[in-house]
Amino acid sequence: MLGKGIIQGMVETARNFAGSYVSGDRLVTVQYPEERLAQIEAARNFPFLVYDGEDWQQGLRCVACQICEKECPPKCIYIIKDVTKKPDHTGKLQFQPKVFDIDISVCMSCQICVEVCPFDAIKMDVEYELSTADRFGQLLLRKSDLARPNAYYHRIHPTEATAVDAHLATERAKAAAKSKPDSKPAA
Amino acid sequence: MNSPQTAAFVSGYEVRAKSGANGEFGGELLEIAMGPHHPSTHGVFRMDVVLDGERVVKLKPVFGYLHRNHEKIAEDATYLASIPYTDRLDYFCSLTNNWAYCLAVEKLAGLQVPERAEYIRVITAELTRLQNHACLGGFLLQDMGASGTPLMYAFREREKILDLFESLTGARMMCNYMRFGGCRCDLPDGWLEQTRQVLAGFPRFLDEFERLLNENEILMSRTQGVGVLSSDLAVNAGVTGPMLRASGVNYDLRKVDKYGIYDRFSFRIPLGDHGDVYDRYMMRILEMRESFNILSQALRDIPEGPIVDPKAKIRGFRPKAGEAYGRIEAPKGELGFYLISDGSPNPYRYRVRAPSFINLTILEDMCLGHHVADVVIILGSFDIVLGEVDR
Repeated sequence: MLGKGIIQGMVETARNFAGSYVSGDRLVTVQYPEERLAQIEAARNFPFLVYDGEDWQQGLRCVACQICEKECPPKCIYIIKDVTKKPDHTGKLQFQPKVFDIDISVCMSCQICVEVCPFDAIKMDVEYELSTADRFGQLLLRKSDLARPNAYYHRIHPTEATAVDAHLATERAKAAAKSKPDSKPAA
Repeated sequence: MNSPQTAAFVSGYEVRAKSGANGEFGGELLEIAMGPHHPSTHGVFRMDVVLDGERVVKLKPVFGYLHRNHEKIAEDATYLASIPYTDRLDYFCSLTNNWAYCLAVEKLAGLQVPERAEYIRVITAELTRLQNHACLGGFLLQDMGASGTPLMYAFREREKILDLFESLTGARMMCNYMRFGGCRCDLPDGWLEQTRQVLAGFPRFLDEFERLLNENEILMSRTQGVGVLSSDLAVNAGVTGPMLRASGVNYDLRKVDKYGIYDRFSFRIPLGDHGDVYDRYMMRILEMRESFNILSQALRDIPEGPIVDPKAKIRGFRPKAGEAYGRIEAPKGELGFYLISDGSPNPYRYRVRAPSFINLTILEDMCLGHHVADVVIILGSFDIVLGEVDR
């Protein structure tokens, strides 16, 4: 019968329309600013720098090795290494970045910097409401804007942060075990 | 065949208007530019169309508006740094783009992909195919005037698949997930279960989608017999993917090359009879059903184990000098990456064989003699993404 296909399609539309009142999987829209979906744990947006301890400047894990700056595909990271070593939160002397800028208007959230970082110092944030009226200044994040405590990292990516902490602890234990036999002959 | 005076078209249409002595159209033919800001040309694609009344007598595709220098940038970047750029080729299917590139580098560096990673690749690639084909159906019907409804239904399904991608890779579209010799991270807890749930609802969507418009009389009269692509022309022009199979040529790299672990799955290759727009549309629906079969098998068989080759290095990756071509059956056709290494950290030559670009080259042959309104749906049935055409 001519027109059967058209009626069949209309029935399908009607079923979806009526179904949206009773079934959750037909009504999928979320009224965004008032209503928000839960954050997916693996989500990534722009990078941030992790610090341990209380003071953000002292505790930065970043040692300004500049690998991320070299590997970054769109070259949005800018680092100047400090000339002198400074004590970190455990009191050990370390190089630190004097300047660490990320231009998030250029960053494409690819996570390459996180993967190449040997010190687990840079991680991906989940913050997404970042629009500003200022094209330049507000989108260039300085070291002070990027530094976030390890507790924040634990809050946004719990599974990953626990794994990173365990990995860092074994690395530290290995380093401690290595330095002991060396120190014995000296003593 | 291109010249207006001697046009003898497949559709049997003859040009009435004659052009002037110096090649001008003398006011009888009308040349119009469709695009780059035309809503029906996908992305920023322009066609210079010469019309005799409503009929197309000449068509010149113009592209390059979205050229981003992908190949040259990749020659200056390390091998790893090119992976996020491949996401941006065909931005609907970032995971298959990753796979094709990684396959080329793996051939170059002689890396072995562990079994679990191969399964993850198949699962993510077939999910990509599902959401790409669902959207193509939606967009094609939108081009024909079924405004909104089918596209929104397709996007509702796509959203569920994108949520899966986000919980696995961190991003919805720019996944940047595959690595040389495996994948970046293992599946999170409960991901397979979540995928099974999403897939369980997929056949219902396909049934609905088919009931919605497949037998619609208006749709059939708009698409059947329009934009016929003969199998000879398709093969000679290098057309690949669902477009080629809709013309009845049995060529699917998943069967021909058996890359990855595709030889372990049983699935069929749907083939078209007529090579018209309707066949190309149905081809996508049938392929989704086959992808669903592959996915069910892969989700059943996926083993435990490592997900990356221990020989693969993240920093300081330098494959030895040589050349390699990696190709896969991407949702749009054969996607290939050709790489030449000179032993340095970045490739010496990097070339992408983009399926949408090569498929687009026969647009004129398929449109000649048709109405200008048919040009829009013929282009829609190509399934092009301008990110890949222009690179």
